[in-house]
Amino acid sequence: MARAVSNRTKVANTAIAGALGFLMFFPILWILFLAFKTEEDAIRAPLEVLFGSGWTMESFATVQARSDYFKHFSNSVIISLGSTFLGLLVAIPAAWSMAFVPSKHTRNVLMWMLSTKMLPPVGVLVPIYLIFRDLELLDTRFGLTIVLMLINLPIIIWMLYTYFKEIPGEILEAARMDGATLRAEILYVLTPMAIPGMASTVLLNIILAWNEAFWTINLTASNAAPLTQFITSYSSPEGLFYAKLSAASVMAIAPILIMGWFSQKQLVRGLTFGAVK
Amino acid sequence: MATKASRSAARLMISPAVLLLLGWMLVPLCLTLYFSFLRYNLLQIGATPFAGWENYYWFVTDPSFKAAIQNTLVLVGGVLAITTIGGLFAAILLDRPMFGTGIIRIMVIAPFFVMPTVSALVWKNMFMNPVNGIFGRIATSLGFQPVDFFGQIPLASIIIIVSWTWLPFATLILLTALQSLDQEQLEAAEMDGAGWWSRFWFIMLPHLARAITVVILIQTIFLLSIFAEILVTTNGGPGTATTNLTYLIYVSSLLQFDVGMGSAGGVIAIILANIVAIFLMRMIGKNLDA
Repeated sequence: MARAVSNRTKVANTAIAGALGFLMFFPILWILFLAFKTEEDAIRAPLEVLFGSGWTMESFATVQARSDYFKHFSNSVIISLGSTFLGLLVAIPAAWSMAFVPSKHTRNVLMWMLSTKMLPPVGVLVPIYLIFRDLELLDTRFGLTIVLMLINLPIIIWMLYTYFKEIPGEILEAARMDGATLRAEILYVLTPMAIPGMASTVLLNIILAWNEAFWTINLTASNAAPLTQFITSYSSPEGLFYAKLSAASVMAIAPILIMGWFSQKQLVRGLTFGAVK
Repeated sequence: MATKASRSAARLMISPAVLLLLGWMLVPLCLTLYFSFLRYNLLQIGATPFAGWENYYWFVTDPSFKAAIQNTLVLVGGVLAITTIGGLFAAILLDRPMFGTGIIRIMVIAPFFVMPTVSALVWKNMFMNPVNGIFGRIATSLGFQPVDFFGQIPLASIIIIVSWTWLPFATLILLTALQSLDQEQLEAAEMDGAGWWSRFWFIMLPHLARAITVVILIQTIFLLSIFAEILVTTNGGPGTATTNLTYLIYVSSLLQFDVGMGSAGGVIAIILANIVAIFLMRMIGKNLDA
């Protein structure tokens, strides 16, 4: 029973909420502008930047030429996709068995897995760093992929578990009654129902891995450095750099912004471990 | 309906995950504990003798430890206050009927998807720089002295940057919780003559209590580990003005190569995080019908 709302109230609400949205989004909008300006224009007064200067793509080319941007971009892609894929490989069977063949330990196992996520990364920084040094994994994409897979594994398992739990057991029984084999049951009944949940899990995990900025900074230097680490090279910049920083930033956040828009709901479920749905 | 065979199959399916997480947790945890009792510096080659509580003693009595604890509390508390209260109002605002709900919601939530190093550098240079930053420009054009954010109010500046990232998170979760509120309950209260404030105080807030707690606890876990924002803006300075516990441990272990000291700090960080984690785990556990 929706309440009738006058258009005037709606307009007023839109204005206030729109102002909030604009304020929150402004920094992103601003670097989007600056990325297409020359360095000289990028440091002019805000209104001049907007209305009194031309547009150019040169910053993007400079960033690529000066620092091999696409190497770092592909590092980010490889590490976030790789860690997500490996994580799924381990998490799907685990979540599956806990959801469909629960035992009296399931609850404790789930809670214990969650507790590993509560461990502050800095608490294990020293040993991980030394182990990586001794195994010559420092600054390798492989090492970083493994670490990111491990830190996000509890979230993947939890998310998958909550999605699998929502698949009603009666459907499986019905399929079995109709003579479906285990293979057919998994392939034609379970999988199609599990795919939406798995897709959102994948999406959220890629976002988390892409933006992870503790291990990526501490365990890489140049070769395996993903974008989080690459951007830090702008923290002690030389000369004019606003346009270049903006161009590099826009390219670093654009793919994730787009994915994020599709995954708002899943974000809530994933990051609150099902405590808020 | 679970047979014995399917049970053992289930155990087999879950074991890789359990073993990996067990290894990931236990090995480094034990090593951190072990190192924390050694006199062990990577710059000094040779023996690493047992040091007892020495590392803990020196870590805790160092003046920068006290500063780091204070900064950590102010940082976490400040961001929590801004994001929870701000998120509450943003959620109520976004829940109202309006035009273009989708696009406005996306604009509010977008900052959460910006990686920490980007958001910190963009704020530091494009907004908080006293000469070329937008805040400085506005202040100058109005005839005020521009604020030197990272010189005068470094910790507050970091709180602003981190809040920008986490306000969307709080908003999103509170909005989700708000949408599960029964509208008829609100309408009934309104018909009975309850004003906006009493509807907020007696219906909305109690309904949101659980979500607010979850927001606070989860954010605390993440905020205790703030690192990248500090690294790229202030390097913990000026002095120790923006050094939090995470950054202090990073400095002693990876910049001063003092493995023993860094590990002692790590153990302290783990204990602190666990205090919060216990409450969070209880909340989540209650909701789990396994």
